[in-house]
Amino acid sequence: MEIFNMILMGFLVVCAISVSFSKNLLNSILIFMSYSLIMSIIWILLESPDLAITEAAVGAGVTSVLFFVTLKKIHAMQQETEEEDGNEPYQKTK
Amino acid sequence: MSRIRKQSEYEKTFAYRFFRWMGGEKDAFVGNMEMRPQKEYVEEEATIEERMRDRRQAMEEVYDSGHNRELRFFNWLYRCFSIIFCIAIVAMLVLTVSYLPSVGGEDKPTNNQVSETYITDGLKDTGAVNIVTGMILSYRAFDTFGETNVLFIATCCVMIMLMVDEDKIRENKDSNDRMFEPKNDVILQVVAKLLVPMVFLFGIYIILNGHLSPGGGFSGGAMIGAGMILYVAAFGFDRMEKFFNEKVYKCVKVTALICYGCIVTYYFLTGANGLACLIPLGVPGRILSGGITLPINIFVGSEVACTMYAFYALFRRGGL
Repeated sequence: MEIFNMILMGFLVVCAISVSFSKNLLNSILIFMSYSLIMSIIWILLESPDLAITEAAVGAGVTSVLFFVTLKKIHAMQQETEEEDGNEPYQKTK
Repeated sequence: MSRIRKQSEYEKTFAYRFFRWMGGEKDAFVGNMEMRPQKEYVEEEATIEERMRDRRQAMEEVYDSGHNRELRFFNWLYRCFSIIFCIAIVAMLVLTVSYLPSVGGEDKPTNNQVSETYITDGLKDTGAVNIVTGMILSYRAFDTFGETNVLFIATCCVMIMLMVDEDKIRENKDSNDRMFEPKNDVILQVVAKLLVPMVFLFGIYIILNGHLSPGGGFSGGAMIGAGMILYVAAFGFDRMEKFFNEKVYKCVKVTALICYGCIVTYYFLTGANGLACLIPLGVPGRILSGGITLPINIFVGSEVACTMYAFYALFRRGGL
């Protein structure tokens, strides 16, 4: 169990560092999401399941969805399906 | 017997003017102030040339770090100061950590009688088996009330910034970016159909069982909000509006906050004055027990669920 804990902690550090070095905004949100998931597992190991539930619902779920919506609003996400619908594709910023 | 006044008579009253002013039909400045149409601004040739020259100079010379010595100096200074600031902040934080009491020490501030009282008397005072929920919802109900207010005010602020008028949504479809999505995604819809009821049920279970098992109003509410977001993402706002629209949102949110406030006020007033509280504590371990914990859990849960969904809806299309 100790080793498992250590591995999770290592993942946390790797995630936290790679978020700030990732050039793609979408990638950094996904890494942030995985950070929250690992954090919720750690909360369970620390015997606080209520925090784990909240972390999984808010950190991994709602916050990331809000980030995705914001990325979409500022047109930073690639749009591939537009042309099929007949709408004008957004300008790609990156 | 009431009589209907004539229109000309009614127009002189204060109420008529007030309601017109409220409705935005009357402009107070029309007739009282001289108004002229705005003149077109014509720029002279010389000023245009001067501006162009300034701009060219700015583009070519100011940011040319090879020749501009001041810029180079500034960059050097900027780097130096950023390093110094970083080191200073790190040093301050490390210094603060060194002043913290050691883990598990006897004179640690958390090792006082407050936490001991919570643990020993918690079940007797609050009737909640889950000490954490019992603590934050009855000993510290006032704190949690403030947090719930924060949620309420946060959604109000997001509404002020992002809310669009209903007719403007119809006019300007650009604000509703759901229009640009592939609608009726089969995979997403099937998954949502399977998952959403379970998510809702689990959230309700966590809220209702908050005083018995881990969880409580905030976790359960966040889960229900996430379920609502999943439902909207799969089926669209039209399906969602059948059971959760702006009217329901307003009712639920305001009712939850008011009921919470009333319950907490009653509980604290009776507790502070030594009066008998009419809310029974019940038998520990049953669903209908825990005194004020259960109703407050429900109100906090509905508040949080509404907040989560409102954030998503306001971000998505500027309306609920």
